[in-house]
Amino acid sequence: MATRHSKLARGEALTGYLFIVPQMLGFIILVLVPLVMVFIYSFESRNLLFGNMGFTGLDNYKTLVEDDLFFLTLKNTIIFSLGVVPLNLVLSLALALYLGAASAGTKVVRSVIFLPVITSGVAWAIVFKYLFQGGDAGPINYILSFIGIEGPNWLHEKGWAMVAVVISRVLKNLGMNVLIFMGAVMNLPQDVLEAGRIDGATKPVLFWKIKLPLLMPSILMVMIVTVIGSMRVFDTIKLMTDGGPEGSTMVLVYYIYHQAFKTFNIGYASAVAVVLFLIVLLLTVIQWSLRRRASFYED
Amino acid sequence: MKTKALKKTIYYIVVALIVVVFIYPFWWMVTNSLNSINEIFDKPSLLPKSWMWKNYIEIFLVQPFARHYLNTILVALLGTAGNVLISALSGYAFARLRFPGRSALFILLLTALMMPIEVTIVPMYFMMNKIGANDSLVPLILIPIFCSQGAFSAFMLRQHFITVPKELEEAARLDGLKPAGIFFRIMLPISVPVLSSAAILAFLSVWNMYLEPLVFVSSLDKFTLPLSLSNFNDTYGLPQWNLQLAATTLSVIPVMIFYLIFQNKISDAMVSSGMK
Repeated sequence: MATRHSKLARGEALTGYLFIVPQMLGFIILVLVPLVMVFIYSFESRNLLFGNMGFTGLDNYKTLVEDDLFFLTLKNTIIFSLGVVPLNLVLSLALALYLGAASAGTKVVRSVIFLPVITSGVAWAIVFKYLFQGGDAGPINYILSFIGIEGPNWLHEKGWAMVAVVISRVLKNLGMNVLIFMGAVMNLPQDVLEAGRIDGATKPVLFWKIKLPLLMPSILMVMIVTVIGSMRVFDTIKLMTDGGPEGSTMVLVYYIYHQAFKTFNIGYASAVAVVLFLIVLLLTVIQWSLRRRASFYED
Repeated sequence: MKTKALKKTIYYIVVALIVVVFIYPFWWMVTNSLNSINEIFDKPSLLPKSWMWKNYIEIFLVQPFARHYLNTILVALLGTAGNVLISALSGYAFARLRFPGRSALFILLLTALMMPIEVTIVPMYFMMNKIGANDSLVPLILIPIFCSQGAFSAFMLRQHFITVPKELEEAARLDGLKPAGIFFRIMLPISVPVLSSAAILAFLSVWNMYLEPLVFVSSLDKFTLPLSLSNFNDTYGLPQWNLQLAATTLSVIPVMIFYLIFQNKISDAMVSSGMK
């Protein structure tokens, strides 16, 4: 009996390994190895055309800390996130709370607001590039002209270009967070809210003292996911402004792409990629520790 | 009574406003895809001015748009099929089969979830070069299978297989089925709803990917839709706006229709992935 059992267990283990081999092999080759390599590349003078031209230690990183353009892209990426994240969070939370229950109107909003989420970023960026045209032809400026505002030449003026990419990005992804928050709002413990109401809590008190604290775990999670998404922005920028005007919308991923595949500085591009990796890693660690705490509350 | 009516009115105004804001870009895209170039830069209007249906023919003539469409379908289908099959296998093994190192390997795999493709794409380019897979559709198929989308599917399917009652497997085992048999004949068939959610997510991610084809593909006949859309220029290199919009419309519409049919399923699946 015992040998039969161990034989079964061995068979099961074997099947287990067999089942995970394709995934793990692909993971090692296409995720782990490139990750190790990007670190190695960042210590090399490596060129797209000439390959590795030698180990150069920290040279790429030394260039990095002296590279104004790198700090500009870092700053732009942070500005972009500082625009996208609060706008997205406040709007989506407000909409989720306001629309609340599943009335007819809410159902319409749910499906309409999600359309951009499933649309490709490229298509969305192409359309918004037109919508933000300068002059009267741009639909957004045309609408603004009705309320007496003369809109800027959005994508060609420093400052406004960033505003335009932020707006198009927020509208693209808003639906996702609205739906997540709608779920969170629906799961609010009704008895607690009811108790608050019976105790005479006014609407603002109910929101600030009861709903918001209860929603905090979801808000933090959504916030970090949105920050990570903004740190990785590429298609919106590439297609709407191509980094311009004067590099004012040049972001990290755009810089990696540009350094690697336009100016062929693979080693240097890898050093920038390592920076991006460390940023995302830090955010993910925060996210995972938050989630652990959130699930602790759920239990 | 009066305030209630007012509240209702405000509610419908908000709803209407949202609908307008989120429908208008699509409306604008479709109507202007039927305009001439000059008309696009005229004052905006709600309807096409000259109804140039020939834009929709011309997009197939100025570049191999049909080919790009087929490439995208091919990559999306193979990428999705591979993603779902391979992650179903590993998801089941990680959920139900006991073998040494199981949880450590699973945690290792989860690191792929957070790995931005933007970080690893440069070395990947060299790797693909070495095996002669650059300027082909191969990397575009492999990435959704094994990179973060693959790890996400494995994660999602593992969560699902954990919830399947153990009695089901025990009964099958008593009937003499081996683990592989249990997986293919019992687990897969009962998991179709979750598998299809994973498939939807994988399909959308492949259909919409941009940086990957931009890096790995260079010849025109290997383009996928997102690359193709940003490549509508006339012989002098000037952008052909109306054609670009017609092509964009054609690339968006199938996804829209698909969404309108399976709305709740798609948004639920996306929301679950948004919370990963």
